[in-house]
Amino acid sequence: MDMATHDHAHGDDMSTTQRGFAIGKPILELDSVSLRFGGVKALTNISFNVLEHEIRAIIGPNGAGKSSMLNVINGVYRPQEGTITLRGQKLTDMTPNRAAAMGISRTFQNIALFKGMTVLDNIMAGCSQREHANFLEVAFQLPRARREETANREKVEEIIEFLQIEHIRKTPVKRLPYGLQKRVELGRALAAQPKILLLDEPMAGMNIEEKQDMCRFILDVNDHYGTTVVLIEHDMGVVMDLSDRVVVLDYGKKIGDGTPEEVRSNPEVIKAYLGVAD
Amino acid sequence: MNFFFEVLVGGLLSGVMYSLVALGFVLIYKASGVFNFAQGAMVFFAVLSFVGFMELGLNFWVALPVTVALMVVVGVVTERLVLRPLVGQSEDTLLMATIGLAFVVEGVAQLAWGVKVRRLELGIADEPMGWLADNADILVSQLDVAAGLVAGIMVAVLALIFSKTKVGRGLRAVADDNAAALSVGIPLKQILVVVWATAGVVALVAGMMWGARSGVQFALVGVALKAMPVLIIGGFTSVPGVIVAGLIVGAAEKMAEVYLGPYVGGGIEGWLPYVLAVLFLLVRPEGLFGEKIIRRV
Repeated sequence: MDMATHDHAHGDDMSTTQRGFAIGKPILELDSVSLRFGGVKALTNISFNVLEHEIRAIIGPNGAGKSSMLNVINGVYRPQEGTITLRGQKLTDMTPNRAAAMGISRTFQNIALFKGMTVLDNIMAGCSQREHANFLEVAFQLPRARREETANREKVEEIIEFLQIEHIRKTPVKRLPYGLQKRVELGRALAAQPKILLLDEPMAGMNIEEKQDMCRFILDVNDHYGTTVVLIEHDMGVVMDLSDRVVVLDYGKKIGDGTPEEVRSNPEVIKAYLGVAD
Repeated sequence: MNFFFEVLVGGLLSGVMYSLVALGFVLIYKASGVFNFAQGAMVFFAVLSFVGFMELGLNFWVALPVTVALMVVVGVVTERLVLRPLVGQSEDTLLMATIGLAFVVEGVAQLAWGVKVRRLELGIADEPMGWLADNADILVSQLDVAAGLVAGIMVAVLALIFSKTKVGRGLRAVADDNAAALSVGIPLKQILVVVWATAGVVALVAGMMWGARSGVQFALVGVALKAMPVLIIGGFTSVPGVIVAGLIVGAAEKMAEVYLGPYVGGGIEGWLPYVLAVLFLLVRPEGLFGEKIIRRV
């Protein structure tokens, strides 16, 4: 896909230079992170940082370790070596629950929605992080539980409107087409009002129109809420257009890091993507 | 005609008691996707402990909260020792774990309280309600009515909590996708603890109702078997489903026993629910209210 299509999709006002939040200090730093599964080296000595409010892409050929990278940040995998620092705090025993508590939300490569539940319930479930009422308060519908439910419902309606999925609010997710499911999953991640949003191939398997919509939503989220975005993507057009900076992985090693233009002209990257003719 | 109503009402009321037992299964099935073989054992353990505490000299109103607390502890311990290490394992593994758990719970119960059959006096006689008998000439057992009321209230309260609140939403989310539930920050462990504790309390109530009628004894474990057809007919995932199915099973077996029994020499009660369950499996395998099973090809 070429860049012209994308510019058309989200309009010139969305260009990354005129955004609502200026790019700030590092919010997430990875230092010499290595991850092994038995003898398989998934990630070797990876270091990079993510700046507040930026859109950071992780790219690389299949099996490069992109999803592993995201799973390390999210606490699904614990790296054997290296440190991860989130907002100045060193994380040693990260778990997905803890990541959620620290303001990291994510979507999955293969959609992981609650399939039997409605769109509304799925996105409401995304609010779990901000709910404090305990079981008894909920069971007896004490004031705090009711208050939280109402506040969350308002927030969720805002997200539903933002993602333009009002018409499917009460539809069980499993009945929706793939593209819409991806959108609902983004909605669920947003419901937590995350500081950092991890997107694992948000546009995989979509047609051009759906990709354009998703691009627009990601840019809007970044622009309106100032959410820092870390995304994995295969489509080079999308990556070049969306991201402020790009990390390139190949066979679990970092082979490039910089702005889309820098990365695109990096000979190592070209080699990994196109192979060499010798 | 009065006799017909007596049979129908009696059937419906005992049906509510089936619903109550089945409810314990549904709670755990919804949250962890596992058919909890130990539910019958928990019913037995709960009521045996209750009677045991009363034998130790506690009065009814002290023994009740003590037993509730005990069942909550049992629920929490079960979650800690059995379920938590198995999070993410296949359903078969979980099923086997609950079968093992059933034997442990039965064993511990009998080890602690002995094996003799006990009576449970709830202060409600298993006799016809005087008022109904005098005015409408219908004979309905007081115990049945009380059990029906208690069960009805419990079912209604749980159904509301689990369908309308965030606890219910969390529960369904956990059942649907563990990994995703964790990543959105749903407290998986807390949810499982709540569910197992609730199932323990439900088991106590069910055990008390059945124990008052047929004595507190090992055979109570078999009550769980009667919950099977109720679950199949109602759908494993549906709280309203098991209520309706319990009523259907209760009414159907009593009616069949009374009206068809004489022609085949009786004993219909024993097998009719299972025949109904098989019919449902053939025609509507997801049950009355279960989620429709759709496979994409």
